[in-house]
Amino acid sequence: MKSVALHSNRTLIFLKSFTIILFFAFSITSYSQEVDEARQKEGKNLFKSQCASCHKLEKKLVGPALANVEARRSNEWLHKWIKNNAELRASGDKDAIAIYEEYNGAAMSAFPQLTDQNIDDILYYTTVGDPKAAVAAVAENTTIVAGGTNSPAPSWLIYILAAAIVVAFLMIASLLKQVNELKGNKAPKSTTNIKRDLKELWLGIAQNTFLKFTSVIFLLLISAYIFFGSLYKVGVDQGYSPLQPIAFSHKIHSGDNKIDCQYCHSSAKHSKHSGIPSVNVCMNCHKNIAEVAEGTVVEWDGETYGKAELDKEIAKIYTAAGWDVENLKYTGDTKPIKWIRIHNLPDFAYFNHSQHVTVGKIECQKCHGSVEEMDEMYQFSPLTMGWCINCHRETKVDLKGTEYYDKIHKELANKYNVEQVTIAQLGGLECGKCHY
Amino acid sequence: MASDKKYWQSVEELTNSSFVETLSKNEFVKEIATDEFLGDKETLSTSSTTRRDFLKYVGFTTAAATLAACEGPVVKSIPYVVKPNDIIAGVADWYATSMADGYDFANILVKTREGRPIQIMPNKDANATTSARVQAAVLSLYDEKLRLKEPSKGGKNISWSDADKEIGAALLKLKDSNSPVVLLTGTMASPSTDKIIQEFIVQYPNVKHIIYDAVSESATTDAMMMIYGKRALPNYHLDKAKTIVSFGADFLGDFHGGFEKQYVAGRRPETGSMSYHIQFESNMSLTGANADKRIVAKPSDQIFALVNLFNTITGSNIPSKATPVDAQVKQMASELKKAGSKGVVLTGINDKNAQLVALAINKALNSEIIDVNNTLNIRQGNDSEVAQFVIDLKAGKIGGLITYNVNPLYSLTNSADFAEGLKKVSLSVALSTENNETVDASNYVLPTSHFLESWGDTQFNEVTYGLMQPTIQLLFKTRQLQDTLLTWSGNTTKYYDYLKAFATNTILGGSSWNTALHNGFFIKENTSVAIASEISIVDAAMQLSTLAKKVSGFELNLYTMTGLGDGKQANNPWLQEFPDPITRTSWDNYLTMSMADAKELGFSNPVKDNGAIDGDYAKVSVNGKEVIVPVMIQPGQAKGSVGLALGFGRTFGLKEEMQVGVNAYPLYKNSNNIQFGVTIEKVSGTHKFACTQVQKTIAGRHDILKVASLKEYKTVEPKDHHGWNKPSYVSYDHNEVEANTIDLWDEHNRELGHHFNLSIDLTSCTGCGACIVACHAENNVPVVGKNEVRVGRDMHWLRIDRYYSSEVETREEAKEKGLSRGDTYKALETEAENPEVTFQPMMCQHCNHAPCETVCPVAATTHGRQGQNQMTYNRCVGTRYCANNCPYRVRRFNWFNYANNNEFDFYMNNEYGKMVLNPDVVVRSRGVMEKCSMCIQMTQATILKAKKEGRAVNTDEFETACSSACTTGALVFGDVNNKQDKVSALAKDKRAYNVLDYLQTKPNVVYQVKIKNTNEA
Repeated sequence: MKSVALHSNRTLIFLKSFTIILFFAFSITSYSQEVDEARQKEGKNLFKSQCASCHKLEKKLVGPALANVEARRSNEWLHKWIKNNAELRASGDKDAIAIYEEYNGAAMSAFPQLTDQNIDDILYYTTVGDPKAAVAAVAENTTIVAGGTNSPAPSWLIYILAAAIVVAFLMIASLLKQVNELKGNKAPKSTTNIKRDLKELWLGIAQNTFLKFTSVIFLLLISAYIFFGSLYKVGVDQGYSPLQPIAFSHKIHSGDNKIDCQYCHSSAKHSKHSGIPSVNVCMNCHKNIAEVAEGTVVEWDGETYGKAELDKEIAKIYTAAGWDVENLKYTGDTKPIKWIRIHNLPDFAYFNHSQHVTVGKIECQKCHGSVEEMDEMYQFSPLTMGWCINCHRETKVDLKGTEYYDKIHKELANKYNVEQVTIAQLGGLECGKCHY
Repeated sequence: MASDKKYWQSVEELTNSSFVETLSKNEFVKEIATDEFLGDKETLSTSSTTRRDFLKYVGFTTAAATLAACEGPVVKSIPYVVKPNDIIAGVADWYATSMADGYDFANILVKTREGRPIQIMPNKDANATTSARVQAAVLSLYDEKLRLKEPSKGGKNISWSDADKEIGAALLKLKDSNSPVVLLTGTMASPSTDKIIQEFIVQYPNVKHIIYDAVSESATTDAMMMIYGKRALPNYHLDKAKTIVSFGADFLGDFHGGFEKQYVAGRRPETGSMSYHIQFESNMSLTGANADKRIVAKPSDQIFALVNLFNTITGSNIPSKATPVDAQVKQMASELKKAGSKGVVLTGINDKNAQLVALAINKALNSEIIDVNNTLNIRQGNDSEVAQFVIDLKAGKIGGLITYNVNPLYSLTNSADFAEGLKKVSLSVALSTENNETVDASNYVLPTSHFLESWGDTQFNEVTYGLMQPTIQLLFKTRQLQDTLLTWSGNTTKYYDYLKAFATNTILGGSSWNTALHNGFFIKENTSVAIASEISIVDAAMQLSTLAKKVSGFELNLYTMTGLGDGKQANNPWLQEFPDPITRTSWDNYLTMSMADAKELGFSNPVKDNGAIDGDYAKVSVNGKEVIVPVMIQPGQAKGSVGLALGFGRTFGLKEEMQVGVNAYPLYKNSNNIQFGVTIEKVSGTHKFACTQVQKTIAGRHDILKVASLKEYKTVEPKDHHGWNKPSYVSYDHNEVEANTIDLWDEHNRELGHHFNLSIDLTSCTGCGACIVACHAENNVPVVGKNEVRVGRDMHWLRIDRYYSSEVETREEAKEKGLSRGDTYKALETEAENPEVTFQPMMCQHCNHAPCETVCPVAATTHGRQGQNQMTYNRCVGTRYCANNCPYRVRRFNWFNYANNNEFDFYMNNEYGKMVLNPDVVVRSRGVMEKCSMCIQMTQATILKAKKEGRAVNTDEFETACSSACTTGALVFGDVNNKQDKVSALAKDKRAYNVLDYLQTKPNVVYQVKIKNTNEA
């Protein structure tokens, strides 16, 4: 299965690099002729910071789509409108009033801080648009690089290692052979000899009580070890990564965009549950973010999701929230998202997030791993009792500034003669602290 | 302890002296019949399972179970689409609201988790109390079996709008023909609802509102009407009383809704003065059990005694009769006179004349205890109006009938008349939360919301205006009565807006609506002053004594049980399994009978070898009505009288397991709790009781209980290290030494951190059992059903032991007289006619030196640093050594899976019932031991809250479910390492003692000796 995927990957990589090289040559030539990249960049930055919360280039958002707006309105009118649209409307400008009414009297804020040059740069950007090809090319490049380094490298290594081991074996074999020859023994040549040797070996062991005894014990121990080892794994779901209804990437949200964990998992600081954010929390941002940036990729369930797939995933939020993308309105027709729970503690174990997050000031990553690097979330820790207990034994939590601990910490530190007590010393190993 | 008392738990202990020893030896009451099976060769050989097959099955199931365990289930998590701001998953919200179901009324706090109410607690700011029934009402909300789910007409579902249209048209037709329509409701005590009904009557003048209480106190309201011109119940400030004389008034039970908080407030030994309470009664009631002096008198004697008391106090000379209790009456009269305005007389006889006499006595005493201004509105039923209505209904004079949450077909004596008349009305509408006989017989069935789903207001007394708010979304397609009536009156206002406007304009007087709603109540000024009109009591008293003179046969005293009350919550498994405080019997009602009568008529209560009690059946006939009920012999029952509880025997729509007991309402003629001329006949058959009183035997260690008189308490200084316990000696190294000096265990260091103690004041505990239900709700304690309770497998973590006691000869005296140990018990038999009663809440004592911990082979029960004896269910393998080694018998074993098991179809077996489970406490599975955890989930939550807020835990912040449910303050929980906590002082109180202290278990539960006011100088 894996190897098949690799093969196809490789051909794909070749194909991709070929097209890209072609594309590069093409785009570079075409762009260098027409676009003032500096202005475009300046315009884009301004657009992002000033306009993007209400406008998009190709799509209607709170306000109209702005691509090629210069074709529709005069430059002079646009300057007036952007700087102070209310003033323009008050002056009785028909166009201004018309557009105001078209958007149900949603007033656009005034931008007196923008210079004429700024406005022109923004308008220039709305005309020429994003530096598409360049971005695409870069993105494609990165995928190639990623693809090139990521998947084949370990198998190369494995081949090399395997080869090394084989070579080593051969060397040992030849050495042994030489030793044998030096001892005067002739090297066994036929297969029957090998068979006979094995038989002799078996007889040798069978006749030697000590050898027999130790090997039986050894075998029993090995099988017991394997047996109990596998039993201990029952119910331990480390690495559990069920397929979620939405291809939500923690890497994009928490890693790339640096959104604080507790922005979405807001109940972690108050409650035993960290909480899965309700859809309205998603909509705080996604009301304005209907698409991912060009070139965004997510590794999801063994596949690579590109922009086309990911935009569909975002659309799932709109279905859930009942958000009408066309009219930018909530329809009230909601469909709650049925996430699959990853971290399942048994019923008889009580765990409280707020105790660890708010009181213990533990980083989320300590138990959940580097979530900011995970596209697809998985269970990082074994969540076994031994794992909990170990942490409680070792962790020395900073208890300063919490009046609750002041007295007891002082007394305990005295008792155990330590600077900082561990959770275990605080009583964190008592059964009843987690089982009731 | 000055007096040497013998404590005993059941009648059988007296009549069968070997019984104690037998039971104490039987730890596991039911032996598994292995010998029977293995010894029977024939069965074995014919059995189709051979040894080889058996091994195959074992192998297969083990393998299957192992394989099944490898794959975890896929768990889905579905967050809100739009999360409400005030809900954080995993954090409880509390709402202040009110309960009013027609019989139980309380200002309450409701704990909700993720939008589901899971517990009810008293709103202590409103000075409220909760009974077991109020506590359990949260489970009735989730009664998917009995609750009505959508409107229907003639058995077919109908939409609300169609129902409104059709009923509206029918009402108009009845209005045009001026045909009378009756709106029959229970007591609602809701001012805004009264106004809505008035407005409805303005629209439809042919409508008459009749209030019907199944268990009526109409006689009292009638008497109040006669004297003070207002139909209401008087209030009693028993906290200020010096002498309380009660004639059959169960004021710690359901009399006027109960006065236990005030009563206990007037009985604090540490203040040096306690009220002196004398109870004349025929049944052994909760109030009688708590009385300083209980005088046994059958109902007719109570009536004469009441008249005699009236004569003595007022100096009148109304013809009466001499009674066996006259001497005590005289004594009471002088006591009352001495107490003057601090004395009070109450009577529970539901007879207008009796109530008039009692009111007159209180007036003659100039009693300050009785309050006729701030009266109670919780029983507004009018018996004469109801009686007339049933006559009219039968005669076909009623055109339409609208009922709201009443069930006359079950609770009327003449329910057959009602059924006949109901067929004659052209429009019958039943507005009801639950399905019942009356609902079934009505044409239109309109489901109403549960009080936990409703808006509303309440006015239980004249000053406390309570508000009701929904604590959960509607579970079914229900609508409140108020909204329905507003719609029918053509008013488009929503009831919420109506209520808000009503409260703001007429009650709150400028105060904030939001504040009142947040608090759940608003205290307003009482403006009504009742003025007594001069009426002749002589006539009333004369009538009363003539009534009692005609008496023949047995006298029946109908009463309501602490568990089921008037029977509204009969489908509530918590209440069914709740053991009656006096008889300790659950899942039944029964005829209580004195020992003497039982002997005469040949009734007995044999104890089976599995600890269960059986009973004989009696046919009770009165006024041409007959019922067949099992007999329970009740020490303290007046000879010649019997008692029977109302509220049982409901069958319609109830789960099969809950269809227990006998309906006594047919005997409840004229809503009078006293019925004369009763004949009792023994009939064949044996009844199986589910009685817990003898099962938790403590092997004769009856010195677990300590009672002293107020005088003793004041004068005796308990010896320092023994407290109230007698020193006990053991042989050590061939020397007799004090038991306290030897210890099997090492001391724990208890100085660091918290150290929890629970103090239980036996003086303040009335035995009401609210704590038991609170414990059920908080700790997901399962209900096991009648058969399991019968064999001693009840799961109550907290039980309230009831001990009878009488003073007898000490052992030395008995030896002198040559009496054997059994004979001393025999000697008690005569005493058993009126024993003293003591209640003792018993739960895990959280011993610092716990015998259970020592014997657990897997260390599943261990000791916490905070003093709690912790039980780790996932570690327990079910050897039950711990239960065996526990001297207090407080450990409970899960013999079965009680959740998701069709054999135990109570509430943990359906999706609705499970909504009441506390998500912070695990539901235990089969084969593990469980017991009181001292609500470790609550103490941990309190600690966590303090930590999160970066502060130390506040004084008295720690609570357990039982301590917060206890409204008399008998249970106090706290941290003894915080010297400011109330419990710190209590643990060192003069009255404090540990139970069975010579065992050196050093419990963290400390009891306060029960003090009785024996009225000695």
